[in-house]
Amino acid sequence: MKLYLGIDVGSVSTNIVLIDNQGKLVRKLYLRSQGNPVASVQKGLAQVIKELKDYEIAGVGTTGSGRQMIGKLIGADLIKNEITAHAVACLHLEPEVRTIIEIGGQDSKLILIKDGIVNDFAMNTVCAAGTGSFLDQQAARLQMEIADFGNTAATGNHPVRIAGRCAVFAESDMIHKQQMGHPMEDILAGLCEALVRNFINNLGKGRDIKPPVIFQGGVAANQGIRKAFERILGHKLLIPEQFDVMGAYGAALLAQNEMMSQKLSTKFKGFQIINETITTSSFDCDACANQCEVVELRQGNQLVACLGDKCGKWSNQIMEEGLAIS
Amino acid sequence: MLKVTIPHLGNSYIPLSALFREVGLEVILPPPISQETIALGAKLAPEFACLPFKINLGNFVETLRSQTIDLIFMAGGVGPCRFGYYGQLQQEILRANGYQVDFLILEAPKTHPRELWEKLKKYLPKHRLTDFSRALSYAWQKAKAVDTFDTLANQIRPLEKKPGATSRLQKKFYHALNAAVLHKDIKKIVNNALQELSSLSVKTEFKPLKIVLLGEIYMVLESQVNFKIEETLGNMGVEVKRTIHFSEWVFEHLLLSIVKPNWRQKQFLLAKSYLDNFVGGHGLETVAHTVDAAVNNYHGVVELAPFTCMPEIVAMQALPAITKDLGIPVLPLIIDEHSGEAGIRTRLEAFVDMLAYRRSRSRGGELLEVVSRN
Repeated sequence: MKLYLGIDVGSVSTNIVLIDNQGKLVRKLYLRSQGNPVASVQKGLAQVIKELKDYEIAGVGTTGSGRQMIGKLIGADLIKNEITAHAVACLHLEPEVRTIIEIGGQDSKLILIKDGIVNDFAMNTVCAAGTGSFLDQQAARLQMEIADFGNTAATGNHPVRIAGRCAVFAESDMIHKQQMGHPMEDILAGLCEALVRNFINNLGKGRDIKPPVIFQGGVAANQGIRKAFERILGHKLLIPEQFDVMGAYGAALLAQNEMMSQKLSTKFKGFQIINETITTSSFDCDACANQCEVVELRQGNQLVACLGDKCGKWSNQIMEEGLAIS
Repeated sequence: MLKVTIPHLGNSYIPLSALFREVGLEVILPPPISQETIALGAKLAPEFACLPFKINLGNFVETLRSQTIDLIFMAGGVGPCRFGYYGQLQQEILRANGYQVDFLILEAPKTHPRELWEKLKKYLPKHRLTDFSRALSYAWQKAKAVDTFDTLANQIRPLEKKPGATSRLQKKFYHALNAAVLHKDIKKIVNNALQELSSLSVKTEFKPLKIVLLGEIYMVLESQVNFKIEETLGNMGVEVKRTIHFSEWVFEHLLLSIVKPNWRQKQFLLAKSYLDNFVGGHGLETVAHTVDAAVNNYHGVVELAPFTCMPEIVAMQALPAITKDLGIPVLPLIIDEHSGEAGIRTRLEAFVDMLAYRRSRSRGGELLEVVSRN
């Protein structure tokens, strides 16, 4: 069986999917990166192929903020930005969709679809309030599991007013409301509303949010945020079954299409990467005023990839050496 | 000889060093803008000052740390944009931090270019008006040369067969032009460079997407802070049309504003249904050029603004209405000292994917095919 691998290396989670050549999902995995993307990809790959028999990886796509590094490390056939990857997966599953709301660890995106094509998109620029990391942080402060956080928020019927413009001010507002004696569920519901309003003011400004609206990304698991969106938008939200791995799904679909239509053979380096020792180190290149922070990736003792140099001085060198070796 | 310095603004150092050298001043350029420059400026400037202000300040500090400078040349202005007051404030900040240095703040003359000359004269060793006008024409020649080359480079880059060939020629050209001293040398360098650029081997069957680049002047012109956006887009196979050029800006503010006070008429007309006010900076131009891009069938617009930039924020509010009416997609990018290259790149890639898909959909292409090819 030919399978296609999609990996989404995000700020908070590492997601992996395997699809077949019909684009159907075979395996999926959502894993917390815990600040170590390489280790979590290794761990994830080991889990995802466990007990899988008679298969062959025919193509690999990576996406997410770590797409370049992981792509180089494992030998991806296609490296794609997460906005396109999310839109591709969503359109594959729900061709009728008009609006995609995606909230991940540190990014939020609004993608508008018209006649089955991406017509407009917006992504948060200077503010990350309302994304998964902030919710995580608040849950930790309240000593709650993130899953309970969402469920509790969903039971709050009188959301309190909280300033959602800035994560720090939102937090001090929450503390103040706690000290005033408001019940926890109303405070959490208020926080969810504030964050949703922040999303709509930042990304939705001047844009028509038309149904069907799909909500995906890790934060779509949060009942409180879901409910707040529905209340404020006045539309029911659709949550795809694969909501938490849509980026990886999109990357796999893109890789599958690329490999099949171009009849290419994969550059995937194989699953032995799971057991290799991968180390990273970095240095500041002082060859010019750019002063790039260059990252070196070593597999065992061998340098396998360089990233971060604007001019290609280091990364091209690896490519040349790599060619010489093979 | 009087030692002077100027802040960086894209390639403006090429014509400006020529100008000052010609009137007998020694020009000390700040080191190229680096992360260190930005950090130095951000440390001294108010947090909510705009990024160009911080980088100017960083330029000055980096120069003053290693050199004795008699005079800093800074442009000024009178519009609602904070830029008009940069020089005065920067001088105060530098003094408060122990750098005693004089500023000469040059503003667009109100009645006649001679006003500018009267202000400058007392500093110059060569102070006949003929010296000045000769220096001006010399600098003008260089300014035009840079802009002519850059415009062509943006058309060639998406088509180049050998990646990086255009940018290599560009670098070489800047270097040669900056070193040239005689009129006839400049002419020769420009002609050769344009010749070389046009004879690069290019893909003939490829039709690049066309994007208009506009926004706040500093962010548009300074490639060290806009993450080399023209080159980045060009390498993604996009033809970039930049709406702001240093030579035009000088021409408009030094000459046009005096001899033809209604020179903005066309822009007012273009922008009128969306913005009926000169909001300062390049706000009006941003709206006008977006309408212009839509009318002239460009595929998209990228707007650059420093965080907290008033004119661009005003203009930005008008753009969704233009998108709705005229169907031109706009990607606004707000940049400050905290912006990361990865974030900007992700947005640009997604924008280009979207434009490629929109274009091919109008010709019946499939989503997956188009975006994976990019």
